[in-house]
This record gives sequence, structure tokens and C-alpha cells, in this order.
Amino acid sequence: MESAPLAAITLGGLQALFDELKNQGYRVVGPVVRDGAIVYDDIGAVSELPRGWKDEQDGGHYRLVRRSNDARFGYAVGPHSWKKYLHPPLQPLWRARREDDRMSVEPERAVPERFAFIGVRACELRAIAVQDRVLLGGAHADLHYQARRNGAFIVALNCSQAGGTCFCVSMNAGPKVDSGFDLALTEIAEGGEPLYIVAAGSEAGRKLLSALPHREAQSQEVAAAAAIVARTAASMGREMQADDVKELLQHNLDHPRWDEVAERCLACGNCTMVCPTCFCTSVQDSSDLAGLEFSRSRRWDSCFTSDFSYIHGGSVRTSTRSRYRQWITHKLASWFDQFGSSGCVGCGRCITWCPVGIDIAEEVRAIRESERPSAAEPSGESAAGGITPVKQR
Amino acid sequence: MSMAAEGAASAAAGVAGKPAGPDPWLPRLGRIVSRRRDSRDAWTLEIREQIPQSASFRPGQFNMLTAFGIGEVPISLSGDPAAMDRLIHTIRPVGPVSTALAQMRPGAAIGLRGPFGSGWPLRQAVGGDVLVVAGGLGLAPLRPVLYALLAGRERYGRITLLYGSRSPDDVLFHREIVSWSRRQRIEVHVTVDHAASGWDGHVGVVTTLVPRAQCEPQRTVALVCGPEVMMRLTVAALHAHGIPHEAIYLSMERNMKCALGLCGRCQLQSVLVCRDGPVFRYDRVRGLFAHKEL
Ligand SMILES: Cc1cc2nc3c(=O)[nH]c(=O)nc-3n(C[C@H](O)[C@H](O)[C@H](O)COP(=O)(O)OP(=O)(O)OC[C@H]3O[C@@H](n4cnc5c(N)ncnc54)[C@H](O)[C@@H]3O)c2cc1C
Ligand code: SF4
Ligand code: SF4
Ligand code: FES
Repeated sequence: MESAPLAAITLGGLQALFDELKNQGYRVVGPVVRDGAIVYDDIGAVSELPRGWKDEQDGGHYRLVRRSNDARFGYAVGPHSWKKYLHPPLQPLWRARREDDRMSVEPERAVPERFAFIGVRACELRAIAVQDRVLLGGAHADLHYQARRNGAFIVALNCSQAGGTCFCVSMNAGPKVDSGFDLALTEIAEGGEPLYIVAAGSEAGRKLLSALPHREAQSQEVAAAAAIVARTAASMGREMQADDVKELLQHNLDHPRWDEVAERCLACGNCTMVCPTCFCTSVQDSSDLAGLEFSRSRRWDSCFTSDFSYIHGGSVRTSTRSRYRQWITHKLASWFDQFGSSGCVGCGRCITWCPVGIDIAEEVRAIRESERPSAAEPSGESAAGGITPVKQR
Repeated sequence: MSMAAEGAASAAAGVAGKPAGPDPWLPRLGRIVSRRRDSRDAWTLEIREQIPQSASFRPGQFNMLTAFGIGEVPISLSGDPAAMDRLIHTIRPVGPVSTALAQMRPGAAIGLRGPFGSGWPLRQAVGGDVLVVAGGLGLAPLRPVLYALLAGRERYGRITLLYGSRSPDDVLFHREIVSWSRRQRIEVHVTVDHAASGWDGHVGVVTTLVPRAQCEPQRTVALVCGPEVMMRLTVAALHAHGIPHEAIYLSMERNMKCALGLCGRCQLQSVLVCRDGPVFRYDRVRGLFAHKEL
């Protein structure tokens, strides 16, 4: 991938990229400023990009501030993630109708919409790969996700600015993109008009790049781009010791810290809504008044609601303590058992968008610093890690 | 695990090589053939699929049943796994969906997906004794295993069913239980929590029956299904009786919206109950019983 010489394009080249994608039938979506935040939305012109903005982020805090240059991608990540397109908040599943006592069921066609995503960060690429494993990697593939995912064209972006809540370095998920993209940009914004150093990551990307006005990147430009990413890596806003976090949490399922965090947590579920890997859903059935037409759709759900774990007689997880524990142990521990990787990519959204600023990295640190293994746990085996299913047949 | 997506450098060039099969969220259509009351508050439905297909399943598996316009819930298969052309489900109405299902009359349209999940370990039981312990409606997912055990009766040692029910009126499959026990092919002990006049059987929780089981603990496989507290107490009683944890199997219950491993609702720490269960070997889930609200 890196063997081919890197290209350099200007803003004009970027506009040509948008145009070409549109010509090829893609729905181009990228970063725009809306209501004081950088969100993902349809975009046609480079003039709509968030020029000269950066995001100030901390626990429970997000604010756009002016930056000293005209960078178009000088922010980290906002409240949106690409899952809103690939795994949308509301997905119709099927409709059924009754005619003369005969029922018929029709699937909602998987939308053949092809998205081109502009400015996908390394952590976001990793999050997409995480959702790929969940929604496509098991025995049953989700056809709606599959159709959108297969059709997507990804223009990735190496980060030039770490956010205040970022910790992708700790999660080994960034800030440099390594795979899973069609084109990858690094923005060099110092000194006037930004320049984009471009790498192609796929045949489709190479083809598209060759159709754009571009030149070969000079070696000092390539070095400058590398230095930008290195600087970003060195300025992470947060840090988490992640190598043994799975075991740490699974050995501390009854740690008093869960009670402590439960006193602050509102169980609002914001963290699960903004998290780019959270995939849980509920389904809803409806019918017309005559009882002739029926449909089912699914929508995002959150493990912080009481319905989530409801079984007849009551919810399994009634306390906020148990719900927060479910969320964080799923992200950082049981995700490995269930899907073979971490469920956290260190994007920091859950920290920034938590109304009370609960910080996943800080919670892990607090448990680590006062580790108190669960008394009830059978010795010598991890409390929850050792569960394996009965072999099929 | 298939890493369909991981290796693909290009999004556009195709992420998931897997060809798109039938939509796993889409229910198949069926019709109710018969409905019978099997206890004070449980009804058994016989369903025939609109497009007939093999109805084979492993005892312990479940289907997702849809009452159109109301919803979809997991319900165990409770019939004979050898009867290939009809699906049998035993349902207790507890809320909107289960009530709508339990009230369905012959001819009514029903949606179904499945069968899903892991089954009871029939293989491991061959050559040894089998102890089946059911609480309440927990007998429904265990009935297929009893049919399978009886069909291959000579392959197993002693077979015992311990069944606990709230009251005599709640005893499921009453006539069948009597016939199994009468034909002496399995040993049956039934207990009720609250006796009524006319009941001359055992009174007390199902765990009090464990010492009566005529099985050789070291060569016994125990299959347990019922409410979580009942299973917890039963495991302790079985263990005290000398049955090792590795020989005890449980069927777990969690909220389920997809049964496909896609909705995340059946999370139970390291497992997804729909995908990895519902039947688990006890020693594998033992750690989970030690913590509240997992
Ligand atoms: C693997 C499995 C096998 C089951 N087998 C049977 C069976 O053979 N017969 C039977 O009568 N019941 C069985 N159940 C329980 C049955 O699924 C619930 O009684 C049913 O979901 C209740 O739904 P409701 O809408 O009628 O009631 P409500 O109590 O109003 O439930 C609302 C929603 O919560 C969820 N829910 C509630 N209780 C349960 C539960 N126990 N398990 C999972 N989700 C639940 C459902 O999504 C339901 O739609 C089984 C459950 C599981 C997980
Ligand atoms: S858990 Fe928080 S930091 Fe990790 S991926 Fe989700 S939102 Fe980002
Ligand atoms: S951790 Fe924060 S964002 Fe998540 S549910 Fe609790 S209060 Fe809401
Ligand atoms: S029921 Fe949806 S993941 Fe198990």
C-alpha cells in the first residue's frame, strides 16, 4: 500500500474528488458544522468543510474554538460516528399483509445506497472493523449492514490534532490509519492553503486518485505529514493501560467503585448512543387499525434502559451499578470473548458526551489502583472469562 | 471466527465475501393446526409451516415466534424431535406476546424463525444415567430430550425425572408423565409447592427430591431447566448428591430480540445466550452465578 509514491492534492483536488464520487453515484457525507458541533452530513463542496475550527473536549465538555490556521480537518471527532449510516438508528425489517386470510411477508429491501465517507479517522476505521465482526462475522450476517458496508467508499484521514478525550494510542487504534480505506489523506495546513498527502488503499482508490488533478508528493511533504501524525500520537488527551484490562475488570465484578460511579451516572445512555461500536438494538412491531398490514423495525437500544434486560418478572440489571458495569465490562472485557477484539477504540466520545463527565479511562484507573478481587469468584479461573458454550452437536 | 471484514483493504472492493443468503430477520409463515391446554396456564400449539420444510431440531433449541402486529418472543420446542412435519410449542401467557400466541386458534397465522441455540448433551449421556430436573414450565424444553432418551432407551442407564410445580393444577403434560412412569421406562418424582385436596404426592421444592433419584452420581448427566433461583438451588443439591459440576447442564434465559447474535440483548458477560446457549455446562457459567445482576 505504501510502496506506491504518495500523491499530493490541493483543495481543488479535494473538490474534484467529491465531484467524481458524486458522478459515480456515491452519496458523499462528511464533516460540517451544525449547532456548535462538527457532525457528519451530506456534503457537496469543500467550502462546507469546517474551516479553521477545532474542538475543545473534556469530560462532559465540547466546544468549537477558532484555530490559528485554515485546516478543514483540524478537529478530532464529534458526537456522530459513521454507524449512523452503516447501522442506522431506525431500520425497517419487513412488512406483512393479510389478504383473504392469506398472509404474506416481504423483507424491506436492503438499501442499495452507496456512501462515500470523507474524513474517517483511524479509530473510526477500527470501529467499523469492530462492527463488521459483530454484524457480518458470525453465523448470521445482517444484510442491511452488509449492503451499506459493501457499497461504501472510504476516504480516511490521519489525525493532525488529538482531542482532549482521545486515547486511540492506548487502544492501539490510531492516530495513523493503516488499512480498511480506499484513500487516506493527511492534511498539511500550516502556511495558507492546505495540502493533502494522499495514499491509495485499494484498487478503487487508486483508480479514483488517477482521475484527480494531483502531483507526486515531495519527500519533505511526506516527512511533514509523518511528523504531524507523530505529534498527534504524542499528545493524546487520555490514556488507558489496556493490556490487561480484560482480566482486571473480570476479576473485579464486585469492586466498590461500581457503587461509586453509580452515584454519578444518570443512566441516560448517551455514552452508548455516541459510541461508534455500540450495536445493540430493539425491535418494534406495528399494525394498521384493520389488522391487515404489519411491520417490524429495529432501533438502537441502550444497555442503560430497564427494558434492555427485562425478562418476565423484572429486569436482570435493575441498578445503575449493574448497568454501568455491563457497559464498561462489555466494551473492555467480554467483547474479547464474544467477538475476538476489544469493543473500545479510544475515540473518547463517551467521555465528552457524558453529561456528568464520567471517564472510562479514569474508571479503569480507579479500579486498577484499588484492586480488590471478587470474593465470590472460584479460585484460579477468571470470573466470567472461562465460559464456553456447549459444543454444537 | 470468520474475519470477513478485517483483511479487506478496500471498502469499495467488497467487505464481506459471504454471499447474501436469506434475510435472517425475516419470519417464515405457519398456521396453527391444533391447540390444547396442558395445565392451568399453559397451552400447547401445533404449527405447520406454509412452505413445508424439515422441522428437525435438537432438544433444547427454541424458535422465535411472531404474533403479527404484537411482537416476537423466544419459545422452546417442546415436541418430539423425530416428528419432522410439525412444530410443537408450549406457552405460558405472561404478557402481550405470549398471551397472543397462547390464544391462537387453529387456522391462525403465525411467524417463526429458527430453530436456534445449543441443545441438551445427548451424546455425553450415552452409557450413563440421566437425571432430568424441571421446575414449572422448564419441563417444556426438556420434553424433547425425554422423547429422544425414550426413543433410544437401551443406550442409557437409569433415567429419572424430578419435576417441581407450583400446584397440582400447574403440572404440565400430566397424562404423559403418568404413562412414562407407569411403563417404568423412567423413574418419575413430582412435587408441588402447594398441595390441594386430592393430591397425595410429594409437597416441597424440587431440590428435596434429589436424594430420591436412583442414579449413580459419578456416571450421571444432569439436565436442569427452570427459574434461575431453582436452578441455583438444584445445582447445589445435585453437587451435594455427588454429581460433578461438569456433568450438570442448565438452560439460561435472557431477553432476546433477534436470536442471531446481532441485537446484543441476551448479553451475559462473556456469552450471548442466543448464540452460545441457551444450554450451558454448569462449570462454564459457574462464575456468573456468583455475582448479582450480570
Ligand atoms: C431460550 C428461551 C426459551 C423460552 N421458552 C419458553 C417456552 O417454551 N414457553 C414459554 O411460555 N416461555 C418461554 N420463554 C419465555 C418467553 O420468551 C417469555 O415468556 C416471553 O418473552 C414473554 O413475552 P411477553 O411479551 O408475553 O411478556 P412481557 O413480560 O410483557 O415481556 C416483554 C418483552 O420482554 C422480553 N421477555 C420477557 N420475558 C422474557 C423471557 N423470560 N425470556 C426472554 N425474553 C423475555 C420479550 O422480548 C418480551 O416481548 C423462553 C425464553 C427463552 C429465552
Ligand atoms: S467506549 Fe468510549 S472511547 Fe471507547 S469506542 Fe466507545 S465511545 Fe469511544
Ligand atoms: S456513563 Fe455518562 S453518558 Fe453513560 S449512561 Fe452514565 S451518565 Fe449517561
Ligand atoms: S437475542 Fe439478539 S444477540 Fe442474542
